[in-house]
Amino acid sequence: MIQYEIVVIGGGPAGLAAAVEAKKNGINNILVIERDKELGGILNQCIHNGFGLHVFKEELTGPEYAERFIDELKNMGIEYKTDTMVLNIDDEKNIKVLNSTEGLLEIKAKAVVLSMGCRERTRGAISIPGYRPAGVFTAGAAQRYINIEGYMVGKRVIILGSGDIGLIMARRLTLEGAEVLAVVEVLPFSGGLTRNIVQCLDDFNIPLLLSHTVTKIEGKDRVKGVVISKVDDNRRPIPETEKHFNCDTLLLSVGLIPENELSEKAGIEIDPITNGPIVNESMETNIRGVFACGNVVHVHDLVDYVTEESSTAGKNAARYVKNELIKDAEPIKTKPLNGIRYIVPHTVRVENLEDSLDMLMRVDNVYKNAKLIIKADKNIIKKVNKNHLAPGEMERIKIKLSELKNKKIFDISVEVEREDA
Amino acid sequence: MDKKELVCIVCPKGCRLTVIEDKGSESGYRVEGNTCPRGEKYGIKEFVNPTRIVTSTVKLKNKYHKRLPVRTNGGIPKERIFDCMSIIKSIEIEHKVEVGQIIVKNILGVGVDLIATRSIE
Ligand SMILES: Cc1cc2nc3c(=O)[nH]c(=O)nc-3n(C[C@H](O)[C@H](O)[C@H](O)COP(=O)(O)OP(=O)(O)OC[C@H]3O[C@@H](n4cnc5c(N)ncnc54)[C@H](O)[C@@H]3O)c2cc1C
Ligand code: SF4
Repeated sequence: MIQYEIVVIGGGPAGLAAAVEAKKNGINNILVIERDKELGGILNQCIHNGFGLHVFKEELTGPEYAERFIDELKNMGIEYKTDTMVLNIDDEKNIKVLNSTEGLLEIKAKAVVLSMGCRERTRGAISIPGYRPAGVFTAGAAQRYINIEGYMVGKRVIILGSGDIGLIMARRLTLEGAEVLAVVEVLPFSGGLTRNIVQCLDDFNIPLLLSHTVTKIEGKDRVKGVVISKVDDNRRPIPETEKHFNCDTLLLSVGLIPENELSEKAGIEIDPITNGPIVNESMETNIRGVFACGNVVHVHDLVDYVTEESSTAGKNAARYVKNELIKDAEPIKTKPLNGIRYIVPHTVRVENLEDSLDMLMRVDNVYKNAKLIIKADKNIIKKVNKNHLAPGEMERIKIKLSELKNKKIFDISVEVEREDA
Repeated sequence: MDKKELVCIVCPKGCRLTVIEDKGSESGYRVEGNTCPRGEKYGIKEFVNPTRIVTSTVKLKNKYHKRLPVRTNGGIPKERIFDCMSIIKSIEIEHKVEVGQIIVKNILGVGVDLIATRSIE
């Protein structure tokens, strides 16, 4: 059996940042395992700009952002294996790994960082009637075909889902010469950034059909067309609103789910809202010494936040190995109240915080001119004015350690207070 | 008098702006609907000379990787995006590339370069 102090599973931005930070904190014996041919994760295919404004104060593309971390990892001499798949981990941190050159390996780690990212929801998760002809892709798969493999997916395209990935792909396909007939969104608002609506749709006069969905896919071997209908307030298609579009391709951009098969098999508790592990202030799961960060915990839209959260995980994995994490302190619970869907982390051991607590969260709806109210039990400890809140944009709140230290607190809650209410 | 409706993209609030030509004002334009000064600046720029960063990929020949991701290192005029794409589509690269390396200098003569966004062995 091979032994490492820290094993990082997944070599995307989350895994890279965690490994680099663990090394900076004095751990030398680290291994990063990545199933793909190279490190970098999803960033390799996200060739558009918009990454790194917080971390590097400049606007980079996905590959540039990834390369900076990959270089840092290599320069630090951190060991990594690509083309290597983790098959299993158990609660004793034994890891089974498969790769084509070394076969099946068993690795024992003192601490593990889970950073497997997320996968896309597929058509099965949304159920559209019709055959399953060629020409139906998830947006991420299409992005990979075009940007990495270099081949086009179709000529006349409908995109279902107006989150950022759907919007980015509308522009990408248009630039490559395809005609994007419409982006269809079942909700009454887009989950994407305004900037992407302007620069990916409006620039190219691509219509955004809100409160609409695809109700039928036509064609047996290849997509020949789709039917789009208006939906009511309960997202049910309204009869007689059907419109037919001739197209050869349908892209599905209907959401991402954290990739947690490995975590669940290991016995890690999953939050049903985020679909990711329940974590504490150190990004540690319910299994001591197993940490998690990035999209495997909750789906992020800003890679900068992934990097920061993952640095926290890496640093604390190092502290765990060095026996510096205080394990049996009584944790405070974080409580999402009115308007907040979830908060990461789920619990907080104040003793392990360094100078502040960072909480990441998402709201459940679009709010204008609202406030986020943060309470420690019944006492308001912070109010943040927000002129715009949307489910598509993750919110981050920093609480000073002095607000929490040496106080008997049971929970920290966050809620949205509406000005107009 | 010329005017244009826009959505401000500087921050997530997304104010709806109206930019109106106004000889009387200092900048020559008047912006309405902005909640802050950044919106005014954006509105005027977007009205007078809208530019965009273009990102795409170029073909790699005889390489392990098939595509090299690229971007312009500054904005190019919006109406020239497709001209820029025609140039990008005509390029083939066989040599080693460093991230940030210039692939096309002064593309379309608009004063910005097309650069590589990753290194290729
Ligand atoms: C299409 C798209 C567009 C985006 N656009 C932007 C943007 O414009 N700006 C921005 O800031 N952010 C953007 N993001 C968000 C940001 O890129 C992601 O949040 C970030 O990449 C997540 O990092 P990660 O390391 O958690 O996951 P990933 O990048 O997905 O990395 C996870 C890695 O784990 C590996 N892995 C999984 N399971 C195993 C296993 N069992 N064994 C070995 N390896 C495994 C995977 O192969 C993968 O490489 C975008 C995301 C997507 C999907
Ligand atoms: S005008 Fe100001 S507040 Fe409004 S969207 Fe632009 S930057 Fe934001």
